[in-house]
Amino acid sequence: MTENKKKKNVPVPAAAETAAETVSVARKNDSGRKKHEQLIHIAKRGGMESWKAWLIRGIAILAALFVSAGLILVLSGKNPIEVFREFIKGSFGTSNKFWFFLFNTAILLCISLAVTPAFKMRFWNLGAQGQVLMGGLGCSICMFYIKDSIPSTALIFVSLAVSLIFGMIWAVIPAVFKSVWETNETLFTLMMNYVAVQLIQFVIAKWAPNGSGVLQPFNYISKNGWLPFLAGKEYLIYVLIVAVVIVFMFIYLKYSKHGYEISVVGESRNTAKYIGINVKKVIIRTVAVSGLICGLAGFLLVESGHTISSGLDKGFGFTAVLVSWLAQFNPILMIFSSGLIVFLQRAAAQLAFSFRMDNSLSDILTGVILFFIIGSEFFINYEIHFRKHKKEVK
Amino acid sequence: MLSSFAINFITASVNQGTALLYGSVGEIITEKSGNLNLGIPGIMYIGGICGMIGGFAYEKNCENPVPLLCVLIPLLLSIIGSALMALIYSVLTITLRANQNVTGLALTTFGIGVGNYFGGTIRNTLGLPFDFELRVCGPAFKMTLPFADKLGDFGEIVCSYGFMAYLAVIIAVIAAFVIKKTRVGLNLRAVGESPATADAAGINITAYKYVSTIIGGVIAGLGGLFFVMDYTSASWTNNAFGDKGWLAVAIVIFSLWKPKIAIIASYIFGALFICSVNIPGLSSSDKELIKMAPYVFTIIVLIITSARKKRENMPPASLGLSYFREER
Repeated sequence: MTENKKKKNVPVPAAAETAAETVSVARKNDSGRKKHEQLIHIAKRGGMESWKAWLIRGIAILAALFVSAGLILVLSGKNPIEVFREFIKGSFGTSNKFWFFLFNTAILLCISLAVTPAFKMRFWNLGAQGQVLMGGLGCSICMFYIKDSIPSTALIFVSLAVSLIFGMIWAVIPAVFKSVWETNETLFTLMMNYVAVQLIQFVIAKWAPNGSGVLQPFNYISKNGWLPFLAGKEYLIYVLIVAVVIVFMFIYLKYSKHGYEISVVGESRNTAKYIGINVKKVIIRTVAVSGLICGLAGFLLVESGHTISSGLDKGFGFTAVLVSWLAQFNPILMIFSSGLIVFLQRAAAQLAFSFRMDNSLSDILTGVILFFIIGSEFFINYEIHFRKHKKEVK
Repeated sequence: MLSSFAINFITASVNQGTALLYGSVGEIITEKSGNLNLGIPGIMYIGGICGMIGGFAYEKNCENPVPLLCVLIPLLLSIIGSALMALIYSVLTITLRANQNVTGLALTTFGIGVGNYFGGTIRNTLGLPFDFELRVCGPAFKMTLPFADKLGDFGEIVCSYGFMAYLAVIIAVIAAFVIKKTRVGLNLRAVGESPATADAAGINITAYKYVSTIIGGVIAGLGGLFFVMDYTSASWTNNAFGDKGWLAVAIVIFSLWKPKIAIIASYIFGALFICSVNIPGLSSSDKELIKMAPYVFTIIVLIITSARKKRENMPPASLGLSYFREER
């Protein structure tokens, strides 16, 4: 408690420009340490022009790619040009590969779009994996039990409806508890993921005839309820559906009343309350939308694979969080961030095939890129002042 | 006295639970300082693969590996690897004030990627067989107390584990003591509950957050090391550890951020995990329902504690939030 006694001897600083600097100078004196200004002082920025922010992010991505290239060089021992050629081959080498790349991007994009409204509201919905799985479960239940009793188009719509409802319910449960009792949504939604995984395993165990854990494709003879090929391409319809979702989410977040309420609640709960927004209702409604679109993603995944497994979402549930964050919750930019991640994944698969490297290389690269972007956010949100010998007017 | 089934069940539960215990105690220490480190699953993978690489390099380059070094080298490498990962997390979230959820998930993706990559590539490029094990390291880690065999049932239940299982309990007890009964622990709790207040009292927020996150990461990494070296007898299969890292995060919540409860919770969750394998006569679908139980229990605990709002059982108030002094 000797620090308190020293407070009385604080000399008034000669010309401290900002309050922050005054505080830092005074604080140094308080603790009785050296009586001079800190070498590096951090202050929060009021805001930054958008193009500057994206320039910083762009530099971060370039730096990350540079480091990644170095990593690949070290790990594979191959010529970087060769490696880069394989990267391109992975996503664009053949027509099949290209459509597969588009399909994966579409699904990842769908899930990322789903979690975005929740994140904008600062509701950390880490339960996308579970919501996608439940959506898939809904579709699977319809396909498995209805089989051929209703026409194909009707079956598609029924499955879709059930998927949406299942996904929505799975997301709303944690949201309700958050609204009422402030239950930590990060942890709740996380746990719901694994309950969903086990539910899927349970259903598969019930359906698989001999405990093999592998299901026959749904309705594979009659193809009842299967999504149609458009223009002869299997994956075209998925891309189109997700394109609709992109437009919807963009308009919803930017131009609708709901979108406005979401951003206000996200910025400040109290402000929302004082304006008259029913915060509890907004939270539940927004998370319901989140779960709904996750359910759609689950429906699309089951339709494309014609079966269900606990690995249905291919880890996209978590990756979507990163994609959404990378794009700063902007639906249009998410097209690029999801494309980038899928591109890396396809690239790693190609490298695994050509150079016998493990698939997981894409995870390493994704991690590196994310670290750089996360780090760059600091420079966007805060500014650094260095100790000056002459005090200038700012 | 006890049926051999019961004995096997108990020992298997403890073995399963030990990795979870390391992970949860590490995360408890981290969360007590206000850092929600969702990178723990990734750090556990890194702890495992670093130990594996260390042991592999040592055995390959040495004619007659010494068992003691076979334990120390993987241990050292595992600690270094986990500390580095926790350091990345710390720099990003504490100094650069990044969003903790995103950083943690990125770290998990990265960590699991690194683990699987090196595990898979080493196997591929060296053409190792599927059930490759390190000859000396595995048994070195599994070495039990010499008199264990002679104590019959009791001996098997209590004394038949590798040293890391006991180390886990010791670490948990020490952690509980430090957090609850020492000044350092008090300061740590203050940092986690209200960094602004702790800062005003003169506690060095940055130092406490860094040290607790790194120590927490190292302890969690030991869990990965135990799994790889002891449980799977020093062999590596990609994704063998599975989602157990998230189960450790669940245990943190379930044990109300108290390491001593975490000990029991880890063993219970370990037991539930293997219930599905060990209990005869259960249909395969019922087994899956049992595997759901740990997560459901955790959710129930989460709901009850948030409803009752008893101060001691709540998560640290500043969990997941970055601290910036100027914004107090």
